Amino acid sequence: MLSRVSAKGDDSLREETLKDAVKKLIFKAVVELPEDVKRAIKRAYESEDSELARIQLRVILDNIRLAERERKPICQDTGVMIFYVDVGAEFPLKDINLERILSDAVQESTREIPLRPNAVDPLTRSNPGTNVGPSIPYINWNVIPGVDYMLITAVPKGAGSENMSALVELPPVEGLRGVKAFVLESVIRAGGKPCPPTIIGVGVGGTAPVAMKLADIASLRKIGTRNSDPFIADLERELLEKVNSLGIGTMGLGGKITALALHIERAYTHTASLPVAVRFQCWASRRASLRISKDGVIEYL
Amino acid sequence: MEYQLETPLTDEDVRKLEIGDIVYLSGLIYTLRDRAHQRAIEYKAQGKALPIDLRGAVIYHCGPIVKEEKEKWYIVVAGPTTSARLNRIEPEFIEKFGVKGIIGKGGMDNGVLEAMVEYGCVYLAFPGGCAVLAASFIEKVEGVEWYDLGMAEAIWKLRVKNFGPLIVAMDTHGDSIYNNVAELTPSLDEIL
Repeated sequence: MLSRVSAKGDDSLREETLKDAVKKLIFKAVVELPEDVKRAIKRAYESEDSELARIQLRVILDNIRLAERERKPICQDTGVMIFYVDVGAEFPLKDINLERILSDAVQESTREIPLRPNAVDPLTRSNPGTNVGPSIPYINWNVIPGVDYMLITAVPKGAGSENMSALVELPPVEGLRGVKAFVLESVIRAGGKPCPPTIIGVGVGGTAPVAMKLADIASLRKIGTRNSDPFIADLERELLEKVNSLGIGTMGLGGKITALALHIERAYTHTASLPVAVRFQCWASRRASLRISKDGVIEYL
Repeated sequence: MEYQLETPLTDEDVRKLEIGDIVYLSGLIYTLRDRAHQRAIEYKAQGKALPIDLRGAVIYHCGPIVKEEKEKWYIVVAGPTTSARLNRIEPEFIEKFGVKGIIGKGGMDNGVLEAMVEYGCVYLAFPGGCAVLAASFIEKVEGVEWYDLGMAEAIWKLRVKNFGPLIVAMDTHGDSIYNNVAELTPSLDEIL
């Protein structure tokens, strides 16, 4: 679906217009699943043999339709809001206080949609009720050379999938087998908790935070896409097949589809290191993006 | 087998259920998450009465999104949360309060299963994330307790009608679908 909102004003984007656009984006993210995810769930329903898995996938598909029709959040866990901002080096960002705009949009959406007030202090657990606090919403900044637009992706990250994240620093002698074993162990340990069928993101290499970041990006990649490196693309296929041989199934009640997709991203690493990170997206893998041209034309992708 | 059950549940109601059965539930249920469980146990230790009667009750591991309009509460959406977070506290909870049913997602461990066998309680799985559908079975919010714990952690008293399909995933006979699935999981040596 594509809609356009023109930002009025002259040279610079008006902050109010941008905030309203981000609020629309948040609403879209929590109410509608991306087409690739919906298609993958339908395929899982069609190919699943387990009766209990089929009953649940039917409920899941009904829920997706009902959320779209009633314009309500698919899941009550509307997460903490994570943004990915790819900003072109040529985009006129200097007049915009994006951190504030995103925070205001989250706070107002929390009241208006409403979103569940999930964001708390990690130590005292006190809850301001706004979904805004230090580093939340979190912004992953990325500067793209030679580009004049800005791309904002909103990901409401729920705790069911978040809490199953896993990281290990393997001794390099463990090699490829060690990487595969860690991914499979993480999926087994997670069981039904991250709301399978999931999308699994794997990050290999870099340093610990780099591996986790890569796993995060991998978990958000569109279903049906493959890593451009043919060796890694084959590893994605092989590991998905192995994950789906574990029999965990929909919500951990058994079945042949435990993951809708498995994506791997790789970075070079230290000769003495082999970090591996695993991250999950629940079946309700919510993400929505908008692109703003340098003239202020907003397009929902 | 498929059952239509009405809360509060009796020992007989739950002891006849077996894993794989489907239940449609009607009556009053209570949302309870981590903080409400903790506080209920604290109250019990201090000899203080709870604001709700949990004997024969079905509790719902759920932190709903709720809206207040003209001093009335409305559930926006209300799907199940991950039950495993309550593994440590739930056996004592089942024993002390006589809870007969737990609606949640993702399953619970063998400590909870043992308490279910001993005191007569079942685990009813509803697919995680299905919050709009789950809310469609809620006829009315009959009240809220411990709202100071926050919207997600408060106890919401919900009147439900034909809430389901709920899958009996852990029963009073010591059977758990999660354990069965784990037993069938091939070892890594087999697949690698």
